[in-house]
Amino acid sequence: MSQPRTLFEKIWDEHVVAHEPGAPAVLYIDLHLVHEVTSPQAFQGLRDRGIRVRRPDHTLATMDHSVPTTANRLQVISDEIAKKQVEQLRINCREFGVPLADLGQETQGIVHVIGPELGVTQPGFTVVCGDSHTSTHGAFGALAFGIGTTEVEHVLATQTLLQNKPRTAVVNFEGSPVKGVTAKDLILGLISQIGVGGGTGLVLEYTGEAIRALSMEGRMTVCNMSIEGGARAGMIAPDDKTFEFLAGRPKAPQGADWDAAVERWRQLPSDEGATYDETFSVDVASLEPMLTYGTNPGQGVGVSQPVPDPASLGDANEQASLRKALDYMELEAGKPLLGKPIDVVFIGSCTNSRISDLRAAAEILKGRKVADNVRAMVVPGSEKIKKQATEEGLPEIFKAAGAEWREAGCSMCIAMNGDQLTPGQYCVSTSNRNFEGRQGKGGRTFLASPLTAAASAVEGKVADARRYVS
Amino acid sequence: MATVKKFTGKVVPLNVRDVDTDQIIPARFLKTIDKLGLGKNLFNDWRYLESGEDNPDFILNQPRAEGATVLVAGDNFGCGSSREHAPWALMGWGLKAVVSTSFADIFKGNCLKNGLLPIVVDEATLEELFAAAEADHNLNVEIDLETQSIILPSGKSVEFPVDEFSKKCLLAGVDQLGYLQQQLPAVEAYEQRRGDLVNTL
Repeated sequence: MSQPRTLFEKIWDEHVVAHEPGAPAVLYIDLHLVHEVTSPQAFQGLRDRGIRVRRPDHTLATMDHSVPTTANRLQVISDEIAKKQVEQLRINCREFGVPLADLGQETQGIVHVIGPELGVTQPGFTVVCGDSHTSTHGAFGALAFGIGTTEVEHVLATQTLLQNKPRTAVVNFEGSPVKGVTAKDLILGLISQIGVGGGTGLVLEYTGEAIRALSMEGRMTVCNMSIEGGARAGMIAPDDKTFEFLAGRPKAPQGADWDAAVERWRQLPSDEGATYDETFSVDVASLEPMLTYGTNPGQGVGVSQPVPDPASLGDANEQASLRKALDYMELEAGKPLLGKPIDVVFIGSCTNSRISDLRAAAEILKGRKVADNVRAMVVPGSEKIKKQATEEGLPEIFKAAGAEWREAGCSMCIAMNGDQLTPGQYCVSTSNRNFEGRQGKGGRTFLASPLTAAASAVEGKVADARRYVS
Repeated sequence: MATVKKFTGKVVPLNVRDVDTDQIIPARFLKTIDKLGLGKNLFNDWRYLESGEDNPDFILNQPRAEGATVLVAGDNFGCGSSREHAPWALMGWGLKAVVSTSFADIFKGNCLKNGLLPIVVDEATLEELFAAAEADHNLNVEIDLETQSIILPSGKSVEFPVDEFSKKCLLAGVDQLGYLQQQLPAVEAYEQRRGDLVNTL
């Protein structure tokens, strides 16, 4: 009998095209997603060398990062530099024959939202993109990771990448969450435990009953933030939920091909007895709705728990780091975030902009009002989600509550498209990064779930989502 | 690509851990379609005041940073996004190496593909470098990729790890795409054997 293998090892082994001594493995890439920000220099590299895109049929481009989320964006992109970047992607896709989900098309959206939506993200695939949140696609049992622009050029030119085999870890989410604790809280809980560098060099496989119980969208939220723990990738074994999600998607296999694919996909989960280099576990039952208080995603705490005191940390470097974070955030150690007044609520991003996220927010906002002191924005992850939400009447709920309903894109997660905080503002955000200035220079971010964000919008201060769910 | 071999460089310390790529180069400067010109926005929001003037408290604005080519930084440098603009900005400012106890994976890979050396040392060595850089604002270290060593002010030589393949490419001044292109016959055979599992067109 062959050696038991993990999900990761099965995909890795299947994709090694060549592995010569003294060089990393040549890894085949099944799906290459491209966006406007990290690709222009790569296309220029191809042009300079006179190379074509080797497999346009394994490549899909969209625009999401620098595009405005305003209603008139098809007519006006007022930022001239962003406009040029967007136009450059169109030129590059035309010149190299790469399919583009352009603004105004029904397929446009955040790159990590549209991949699964179209069914181009599939179990057992290798998926890359010049974007660290490519880890999202690991929710389907794919090996998916972010790459730099030089590597984008490598994949465009050869459909392969040079990769050293990463180490692996299993992350057991043990127990069941209480109501009001969501996928976002699970992953924020893990990262607060292992820190932003805890996963460096590792591919994480998420297991446990709390993961099995999640919807595909919840699983995407968990895998999305793998990189925030420093991990190379995060993945979840495919199961019936995965297949159900993909069935009938435009680019998913059809008919007899579908049956063959499912048969193949069922072989992917880690074999019994397969081993990992490291093991982590999270006690799900003890988790509260989580928020970050600091300036990296590892600085998180339960909503009713006190912000840690630097003096309580043993290591001088850690003390200095926490002190710097609390200074930037203007927060007092020892007090909980619960009740902290806020200025903005952002519901969106590749972490939490899918239909179930919007439904969760709408459930709380329905019949309620966003507090007077708060600007609330809801930004769907894709055109398809926008359409679906509209069919379900969600925009009316958001607008009646006093929230903005915008066009699909990365929006205020990355503050390079016009949506941004002003200096000093506090924002409860469903996005993935609370780095200094991430949502706008001088802005301060509390990362949280859509439930926590919606509840906080209503109260005008950091709120406990558990009070709003029955 | 220029070859990277051996050089002596002036040290500038940045004793902060978990420096993320949003600090190295904030996202709003990623709208460019070029690689050049990013050095002026390196550490932009730490480096400039609201008025646009230099922040005198930030180390890169101090005389001691002038001409520095080796950044010594706290643990887990380069965490966060995959933006290759981070090494482009560091190099655009004039840096040739970054020394830390660890680097985020994607950032480290991006550095190696651009000839910016990510040098991993142990905690004691990092502390020694921070202390020496405080004591001497003109501190120089010698870095030799061939022998994978950094020579500290004390004269002590400390080895650092580099993967064999990246080292070979950097010493020869060749990029890695050439190697992948030589593998294309194997890639074609692989594709024929495995068949097409997706079509995005």
